[in-house]
Amino acid sequence: MSGTFLGMPSLPVFGIGNLHEHEPFPKAARRELGNPQLRANLGHATRTIRDKRLAVVSELPDWEELREAGRAIKESVMTRLPELLEEFEANFTARGGTIHWARDAGEANSIVAALIRDQGATEVVKVKSMATQEIGLNEYLEEQGIAAYETDLAELIVQLDHDKPSHILVPAIHKNRSQVRDIFLREMEGVDPELTNEPARLAAAARAHLRRKFLSAKVAVSGANFALADSGTLAVVESEGNGRMCLTLPETLITVMGVEKLLPGWEDLEVFMQLLPRSSTGERMNPYTSLWTGVTPDDGPQNVHLVLLDNGRSAALADEMGRSALHCIRCSACMNVCPVYERTGGHAYGSTYPGPIGAILSPLLTGITAEENNSLPYASSLCGACYDACPVKINIPDILVHLRGEDVDSKRGKNRRKRAMPSQMDVGMKAASWALSSGKNLGLVEKALPLGRLAAGPDRKITKLPGIAAGWTQSRDIPAPPGQSFRQWWNKEHRAARPDAAPAAGTDAAGTDAPGPGSAGTEENP
Amino acid sequence: MNARADILDRIRSALRDAPAVPEVPRDYRRSSGLGGEELIELLTDRLLDYKANVFIEEAAAVPQRLAALLEGTGRYAVPHGLAESLFAEADAHDGGSGRRVTDAPGQRLSVEELDGIDAVVTGSAVAVAETGTIILDAAPDQGRRVISLVPDRHICIVRAGEITAILPEALRRLDGTRPQTWISGPSATSDIELERVEGVHGPRTLDVVIVRG
Repeated sequence: MSGTFLGMPSLPVFGIGNLHEHEPFPKAARRELGNPQLRANLGHATRTIRDKRLAVVSELPDWEELREAGRAIKESVMTRLPELLEEFEANFTARGGTIHWARDAGEANSIVAALIRDQGATEVVKVKSMATQEIGLNEYLEEQGIAAYETDLAELIVQLDHDKPSHILVPAIHKNRSQVRDIFLREMEGVDPELTNEPARLAAAARAHLRRKFLSAKVAVSGANFALADSGTLAVVESEGNGRMCLTLPETLITVMGVEKLLPGWEDLEVFMQLLPRSSTGERMNPYTSLWTGVTPDDGPQNVHLVLLDNGRSAALADEMGRSALHCIRCSACMNVCPVYERTGGHAYGSTYPGPIGAILSPLLTGITAEENNSLPYASSLCGACYDACPVKINIPDILVHLRGEDVDSKRGKNRRKRAMPSQMDVGMKAASWALSSGKNLGLVEKALPLGRLAAGPDRKITKLPGIAAGWTQSRDIPAPPGQSFRQWWNKEHRAARPDAAPAAGTDAAGTDAPGPGSAGTEENP
Repeated sequence: MNARADILDRIRSALRDAPAVPEVPRDYRRSSGLGGEELIELLTDRLLDYKANVFIEEAAAVPQRLAALLEGTGRYAVPHGLAESLFAEADAHDGGSGRRVTDAPGQRLSVEELDGIDAVVTGSAVAVAETGTIILDAAPDQGRRVISLVPDRHICIVRAGEITAILPEALRRLDGTRPQTWISGPSATSDIELERVEGVHGPRTLDVVIVRG
């Protein structure tokens, strides 16, 4: 099959579902920051996982080589995606599986619901899956009269509490052990009223609660971590054994997977199964990984389906700068190292995908102009910790900057149509461009410093800046500017300290001279 | 247009800048110099870290070890491909093979039956010392995936010759199309405050018998 596109280029079609902010990030973040319990829980959990990750990553002498291989494999998958999808489909189908294609969340949801109905089932057990979270499958099934039981411990906690996940790996990271106990006591039928907040006791309660569900379920719904094109094999990585239960016991297995999850073949799994566990839970290997290839007679589900999901992925792929966001293997290392995520938590990002990767992936899937997703690329200090931690080297800071540019451009476009008035940002940028273009101009601006001191008043703080700069002072004060600039100070000091400043022959190489005592006009340094 | 054609079309359109297919550098470790006792030592260390129980035995002593491990448990399941001689000692203690239940083609144990069984004894396909991982590929000595899942205790026999040092070496010995279960310790979760706790839905006890020679 040819991988070359010959037709008319189609416009990107964006994703729908649980991918949107419903309020701007700063507003959501401000509310979340006001919850001291949340901040304590998150601080504790992210510190724990960061230390674990660092310990197991530093054990491997070839970590950087693995990252580089992982990056290259993912990049090669994206460039060959159409042919790999076709190869995967042929192999999966040849081994008894059935493939369904879903353009968006709505299409995927109705395919899954129809498959469940075909089995006459009214309930399903679920393995934790980001894709089904993204498409809002549980909510849809509920409307259709089908009960979906989350079986991952953290997902179960969130589901019982009628809450939303706040982390892609540990969805209940915002809850501490006592809060979990309280939820179990309140919501779990037949739970021991003497239940303590020991994690081991809580895990045992979840085991007892779900055991009968597993043993009697007719249909399971899962996601997939990897799919191998050359064999049609799917892989699910997990810890608790709930995955194995869902993937092995029911007669019917329905997997929902984004099209970007493909790997070319078996050899590639050795790279990702070293990168993923160490990056996500900070373990040398996760307790359980299951691999299945279509149907195996006499072993596991005999009715096996896969829903391949686009939902904005092709649109993200069309963005040449942003497409590497699709390399994400959902390890969550970027969240755990992010100073913004650590403080605001995952709910502030609105989307199923929070943290640094969510701040790029969500707007790429939905389009930067969708709802409030244009505020997400600003939810970062661009410190770069996420890039260092990413096992497949996604340059998140670069993509954040790229998307900020897209956001500014899209707004400028709108303004132009309405009226020719430049925005405050445009005016500010113009002014900065003039001031920073020459030492002379900057010198003029610096003359205004004492004015800033005057504005700061006796407490030497500026608490409210005008216009769009007000955003900066919303949650912090600016200290009063100094009475003089560094350049003014330097000039004065050196004039005083070196009255005989005429350079002696041979003391300094050309170009390294300190600025002489000349006028402002002579110091146009590069 | 149907969804399949539509999606493939969108993807081809997204790639109309025809990005170059990059070379994949495989400079990571693909083999190691470790062998023999070093491998057993490393695997043991990693399994103990996961809170599995490890027993290292000469081949002749395995029936005795199994008898000791099965002492005091009720019924236990075995896949049909596991050598009967392994259970000679346990049977002698029992005065017959009454506690042993075999899962065989045509005589499959139901999920309900398995739920009433205390333990399972299986072989394994390959192990990875560096990560403490044991891989089962549903060969006759390991059985269907379900038998090593439902009973609460898994006694797994790992022959020394199966042990590799690193994952790439292990995967080279496997057929990716067989149903596989990779096991690294007993079932566990880190979902509450990111602290690892052993024992959720999978077997809560993992006993590994490493067989020398």
